[in-house]
Amino acid sequence: MASKGMTRRGALRSGAGVIAAGVLSAPMVHAQGTGGSLRVAFWDHWVPTGNDAMRALVKEWSDKNRVEVTLDFINTTGNQLQLAGAAQAQSKSGHDIISLAPWDVGTYAGVLEPVDDVINRLVAKYGPINPVAEYLAKREGAWRGVPAVSGTQNKPACVRFDLMQEHAGIDVRAMWPASGQAGPGADTWTWDTFLTAAEKCSKAGFPFGLPMGAFTDAVDWVGALFASYGASMMDEKGKLTVRGNQKLRTAVEYAVRLSKALPNDVWAWDDASNNRALISGRAALVFNPPSAWAVAKRDQPQVAEKCWTIPMPAGPEGRFLAYLPWTSGIWNFGRNKQTAKVLLEFLSERSSAEALTSKTSGYDIPPFQSMSDFKIWETEGPPVGTVYNYPLKPHHKAKPSIAFAPAPGEFAAQMYVQALNTKVIARVAQGGDTVDQALGWLERELTTIVRGG
Amino acid sequence: MAADGTLVAGAPAPAATGRSNTMQRFARRRSTIAFLMALPLIALIGGLVVYPAGYAMWLSTLNRRMTANIGLGNFEILLESDTFWMVIWQSCIFAVGAVIAKALIGFWLAHMLHHIPAKGQRKWRGMLLIPWVIPPALSTLGWWWMFDPSYSSINWLLNIFAVPAVPWLGEPWWARLSVILVNVWYGSPFFMIMYLAALKSVPDQLYEAAAIDGATGWQGLRYVTLPMMQNIISITVLFSLIVTFANYDIVRVLTNGGPRDLTQVFASYAFQVGILSGNLPRGAAVSLFMFPVLAIFAFFILRGINRRNKEQM
Repeated sequence: MASKGMTRRGALRSGAGVIAAGVLSAPMVHAQGTGGSLRVAFWDHWVPTGNDAMRALVKEWSDKNRVEVTLDFINTTGNQLQLAGAAQAQSKSGHDIISLAPWDVGTYAGVLEPVDDVINRLVAKYGPINPVAEYLAKREGAWRGVPAVSGTQNKPACVRFDLMQEHAGIDVRAMWPASGQAGPGADTWTWDTFLTAAEKCSKAGFPFGLPMGAFTDAVDWVGALFASYGASMMDEKGKLTVRGNQKLRTAVEYAVRLSKALPNDVWAWDDASNNRALISGRAALVFNPPSAWAVAKRDQPQVAEKCWTIPMPAGPEGRFLAYLPWTSGIWNFGRNKQTAKVLLEFLSERSSAEALTSKTSGYDIPPFQSMSDFKIWETEGPPVGTVYNYPLKPHHKAKPSIAFAPAPGEFAAQMYVQALNTKVIARVAQGGDTVDQALGWLERELTTIVRGG
Repeated sequence: MAADGTLVAGAPAPAATGRSNTMQRFARRRSTIAFLMALPLIALIGGLVVYPAGYAMWLSTLNRRMTANIGLGNFEILLESDTFWMVIWQSCIFAVGAVIAKALIGFWLAHMLHHIPAKGQRKWRGMLLIPWVIPPALSTLGWWWMFDPSYSSINWLLNIFAVPAVPWLGEPWWARLSVILVNVWYGSPFFMIMYLAALKSVPDQLYEAAAIDGATGWQGLRYVTLPMMQNIISITVLFSLIVTFANYDIVRVLTNGGPRDLTQVFASYAFQVGILSGNLPRGAAVSLFMFPVLAIFAFFILRGINRRNKEQM
């Protein structure tokens, strides 16, 4: 009798087929030799061509070094990449190399391989490394990850130059031209000028699109603002610096004043809200990488051709630029750590960095100041030169910043994720607290964070 | 009676074969077979419930670096935090408010459905179940678009009727209401289907007897329907309360806990503290905080159900 159902042998054969199909479809960069194998989890780039650029570089390296590399691109929607990192650190198994969000390097420092040898060679070749990248990736004197190019971003001001000229009387292109020097009036680009311009643009119906919620865009720009007022909440030893801190009070008072010139829904904005505000033509200015401009270029070209990127304003303590880096870490429980180091060093080379940055229309920022002169930032447009001032250039006379530095990383991470800087402003501006009450609340929250080790 | 000590097969074993016979008898006991058959489930519960719960409890007693045991230190620290008290308060508003609304709406829907002729009932039942079968993260995203701070479609509709825009996610009480609203939209069909099943099991004779005695519709509901549904109401409320207290995705997608942490609930706060801030032990302490309260609550509800069942037997 002919059997109509599936036989055991048939099931086994089908199962083997499924497994084979799964294996074959894995995104593996093959090499023919026996240099070992690596499993790598990189951040899934916003810019569609970003992953292709990374894939091409890794293939070039793997072919040359005869190493089989399996590349996984994990996105950050729903914090998938962070969850993968947490799970792998706990289970001590997983990829050999993983992209780590800014504060995760410190969190997992105990299970990350020191990479001082790689960094020393790179620094010898390319000069000083970004101090924020160092603050985030160095723990107990050792580098625990290699600052990455892919995904690393600055958040300067992306300005609608036509609206700024018309309503605030500021010619941002003359002030910050696409050349290696500041234009006339660049010295007047301060937070005070910014506030006046914000009020004028708001009155004209084109408010600045500055988020004030708990997402990174909000925390980052407020962090740079606080830094330019010298307003810190905790020193590098973990001591609270809230009580009697006049600089912090001034920064909070300034931000409260500024918030009155912003749309009244900024307290609920996420990282996409400011992009939408610019792209829709409603906002005269946002603090963002060029992704908002790039989407406008595709969807609203008439908006994109009127955008110009300029540095953040300066405060009493100088000019700071919000910087949000990714770091590539090597798990110390990985099997092929030395090979992993070689790959990361290759990806940090100037030629690799330029390839990555160029393929992402200038989005990716390398960690070395000496790499702030890639051609792509001069040629991107329209208008040509619109992202010239996106990387931090010497004539900006600015420093990179990340919110809550110089507090010890383990505390700063919690302060950052809990967005304490925007919340302290919101308590006054939205919640009706006095500045003293808000600062009292801030001090209690910081005490809670510090307790428990 | 299927006592645990009885054998599956009645053939007596020869006394002389000794130990092997004892083993055979043991293996053939109903209790042994029952245990072996339940073993996969026990292993599953052990691996997926008991072990993670025990691990979370152990984790909550460690310091941030997980290098030393600080006992209940994490709970002590949390109880001294303004934000955590706010989280407790909000979780209670969220869970209790949402469960009451879901129970009332579910009860009303079940009654409506119960009185629709059987032919059309299936269609309505299917349609009303749709919110419950869509993955909540996905449907919440849809709600988020409707509540979007700058481009809310609901506000667009309100503006057509000259009603001013509502800051759905920007103002604390509106944001809390929005979060509860989405949870109620998602969870009401579950109550509806449970109550509908319970309503269908109430014998018609009881209503007929009540009608003969001159009972009004309200009295029928009060003295016939509700007592007959008491157990299912208790179980549904208990189950929903536990699930709602543990809800994560709605808050995460809709408000991310904002504005100013005023919509943060236990699960979203635990994720923020534990995973995103890198303080796993304190995150575990946040997530375990309601465990004893819910356990006591569950104990009393289940005891009540058992008592009522015994009285009815």
